[in-house]
Amino acid sequence: MVTTQSNKQHEILEAVIIRFVGDSGDGMQLTGTQFSGTSAMFGNDIATFPNYPSEIRAPQGSLYGVSGFQVHIGSVEISTPGDEVDLLVAMNPAGLKTNLHAVKPGHTIIVDTDAFTKKNLEKAQYESNPLEDNSLENYRVIEVAMTSLTKEALKNVAGLDNKSITRTKNMFALGMVYWMYDRSTDHTIDFFNKKFTSRPEIIEANTKVLNAGFYFAETLELIPNSYTIAPAKMPAGTYRIIMGNTATAWGFLAAAEKSGLELFLGSYPITPATDILHELVKHKHFGVKAFQAEDEIAGITSAIGAAFAGDLAITTTSGPGLALKGEALGLAMMVELPLVVVNVQRGGPSTGLPTKTEQSDLLQAMYGRNGESPVIVIAASTPSNCFNFAYQAAKLALEHMTPVILLTDGYIANGSSPWKIQSVNDMPEIKNNIVSKYYDNWHPYNRNEETLARNWAIPGTPKLEHRIGGLEKDKVTGNVSYVPENHEFMTKIRAEKIKRVQDYIPEISTEFAEEGDLLVVGWGGTYGSLHSAVKQVNEEGFTNIGFTHFNYINPLPKNTLEVFSKFKKILVCELNNGQFAKILKINFNKLELLQFNKIQGLPFGNSELTEKFKQLVK
Amino acid sequence: METITKKYTFKDFASDQEVRWCPGCDDYVILRAMQKALPEMGINKEDVVFISGIGCSSRFPYYMDSYGMHGIHGRAPAIATGVKLANPKLSVWVITGDGDSMAIGGNHFIHVLRRNIDLNIILFNNEIYGLTKGQFSPTSLVGQKTKSSPYGNTQPPFSPGELAIGAQARFFARIGGNTPKEMTELFIEGQKFKGTSLIEVLQNCVIFNDGCFTQFTDKKVREDKQLYVEHGKPMIFGKDRDKGLVLNGLKLEVVTIGEKGITQEDILVHNAKEQDPTLHQMLVRLEYPMVTGVIRSYDDVTLEEREDAVTAEVKRNSKFHKTDDLFFSGDIYQVF
Repeated sequence: MVTTQSNKQHEILEAVIIRFVGDSGDGMQLTGTQFSGTSAMFGNDIATFPNYPSEIRAPQGSLYGVSGFQVHIGSVEISTPGDEVDLLVAMNPAGLKTNLHAVKPGHTIIVDTDAFTKKNLEKAQYESNPLEDNSLENYRVIEVAMTSLTKEALKNVAGLDNKSITRTKNMFALGMVYWMYDRSTDHTIDFFNKKFTSRPEIIEANTKVLNAGFYFAETLELIPNSYTIAPAKMPAGTYRIIMGNTATAWGFLAAAEKSGLELFLGSYPITPATDILHELVKHKHFGVKAFQAEDEIAGITSAIGAAFAGDLAITTTSGPGLALKGEALGLAMMVELPLVVVNVQRGGPSTGLPTKTEQSDLLQAMYGRNGESPVIVIAASTPSNCFNFAYQAAKLALEHMTPVILLTDGYIANGSSPWKIQSVNDMPEIKNNIVSKYYDNWHPYNRNEETLARNWAIPGTPKLEHRIGGLEKDKVTGNVSYVPENHEFMTKIRAEKIKRVQDYIPEISTEFAEEGDLLVVGWGGTYGSLHSAVKQVNEEGFTNIGFTHFNYINPLPKNTLEVFSKFKKILVCELNNGQFAKILKINFNKLELLQFNKIQGLPFGNSELTEKFKQLVK
Repeated sequence: METITKKYTFKDFASDQEVRWCPGCDDYVILRAMQKALPEMGINKEDVVFISGIGCSSRFPYYMDSYGMHGIHGRAPAIATGVKLANPKLSVWVITGDGDSMAIGGNHFIHVLRRNIDLNIILFNNEIYGLTKGQFSPTSLVGQKTKSSPYGNTQPPFSPGELAIGAQARFFARIGGNTPKEMTELFIEGQKFKGTSLIEVLQNCVIFNDGCFTQFTDKKVREDKQLYVEHGKPMIFGKDRDKGLVLNGLKLEVVTIGEKGITQEDILVHNAKEQDPTLHQMLVRLEYPMVTGVIRSYDDVTLEEREDAVTAEVKRNSKFHKTDDLFFSGDIYQVF
């Protein structure tokens, strides 16, 4: 165990962005996760983002096989994993080459010199060794023979083969970074002890290497001082670091418990949504029925069956999967059953960019079905609030008897942030429309007068036997009806039912300015990027720029136009070609909207946003 | 299913909806057979659920006074799977046609059989697309002239039973659309079977494929052309009960009792409960006689039983009882 007793001067930093990169077998995700966890427990606010290749295990040393993990920690509020990095840890030449562009000039790069062999340099398509040709002269490069030092540290540990020894070199790097940022190694050593209980030699090896890295950095004169990032001012409470997909899964667990219903998931594996399935299958002890179906259509139709039978039913997917679910989603809308469809958006169209992020399924979610087929569409905006929006999606589906599409995206689904743990006791009540006894004039399409939700009679309930289906039905009896006026009535009541959800969702508010020259508008997973960019320009004196963010898309919050009308210019920022702007124009056709769109499979960068904002208020 | 508390007649299962199939359609026979079978099954009416896809047959749930869902093309097995997993106490029936389950729903059809979830599937096979007005289906014969094959169908057909057994169906029965008594019995057998039961009804389409099974099902020839098998009984057929099946090498052969020294003892005895499906497949494939009755009924573990076992084990070993136990477990930390 190592505690920091260095008497060197500590430079106090507000925030720092560190990126660990290496081969997909180098353990970069683990290294990053450990650093994030340690920092969180120290009290920092954090945001993380893993970035790995879409191949399972690309050839070693290749440019497209680089796996990375970025973490942004701070004593101030952190809302994104950040774009420019302060410290790059590169375990091989390919990692250096593909990530160098992100390092701020003058900042630090740590490399494992043992990995800069002729063969690896060739694989990374370097014509000369960047460590020798002065191409890195704008950076502070710390060259460490990590692989040899790791081997040296472990020469007296018995029972380890060469491969296991080399594999621990990521811990050498982590040890160094812990020293540089004044972090304790305790959390990670605890992790070894819990993770490898049956393999004491692995615990010993990892602990030794981690400490070796820590001591090496302490004695190395190349690192003149170390840095401290003070704890952030976060609301008191119990926290954990949570990934967006895990938070989504847990939101449904909470909703099931609160509503007293069993949770049914029908799903088919697809990147990047699959981790929700992976998480929910673990929780059979809560009565979760997670069914891996034969295809996307069986995923959603099994969920429709489960909804008919009285479960809280959900299905999870990503872009192309939502396309396949379209017909069934229309059925769920038509039979007015509660169902949550999670779409973790990825780069499209078609197979597109499966491991990259985008917001381009919005119009598919809104309109991707035959006929007039309105459903509720909502979007989460941070890894941790995926919990709240999954919960809210379930609540809206059950209370309004309709499918709800919950949009997240690869960026927030794979990213993680601190989550102030919410006890189920503190979550809002979830009502449902279950009818358990026959009453005079009972019909399956009898509606709640306020919400227009139909009553939900579940198989197994005596005297409420009834048939539902995709064919148009009589407004009262629910029997098949082709009467023209009835179809028009039913089309309108289904639309009105969704419209009335406006009365049950919060209004939007603005941050930084309530009126002014420019309103920055975003939705879903771009919250962090937009919020921190507006915050920055505000701190630079542009106090006439406001920010509003949408989590509710269909229906839109009631006061949308009212909020917009207080600003001279409105800029809608999206990671697509302008889909939310289209929806706003459909709803408010006189609104003049400016757009800022990025379609690169990447999140917004801070500088591109701040430049745009400033230019518009000049 | 709970023990029955009420006594029903077939009328209890007839809904108030006017039945709208073509006059003379076998679907009426199937509907009545089901309405007669259900009161015999000892199930409360509120526990019965019919799920269908799209097609003439798939209108069936509307005519039953039970719970039901008219779903979408080919997806009834998947919807039914969700219903059954959500509430294993329900008696869940899938109503489907050859177009619905062999074509657009082929994938769900094979997977539901593979899993052996406790559902009952009634497959209305009329070797044609009826509702879309007369195109060939995946069971139509080669050379069959239809609206979409004016010069004769060039796509070789599936045999539903063969496909089903290939997909690990544990229960397969077949029956002519004009034999209500046996059909009623098979529906009861299907319900009793723990696992997915598949009952294929050779159903005539009076409009687009009239007479498609007459060669086996016509009352005049039925006894000579059909072999109605029963577990534990010799496979004998014919008006004079003198024809039977024997195994000749790797092929089934029709023999006549009393000829060439063949006696009743030489005739194969039907074993529907055999795990090895080889002989069942041969019976399904046989062109003469057309084998009807319960061809395969092999008792196996169901999906629900496997799920229950895993869930019980997980529950026993889990330290989580409420979601809060999970949320507040592992790497958590305090901010003051």
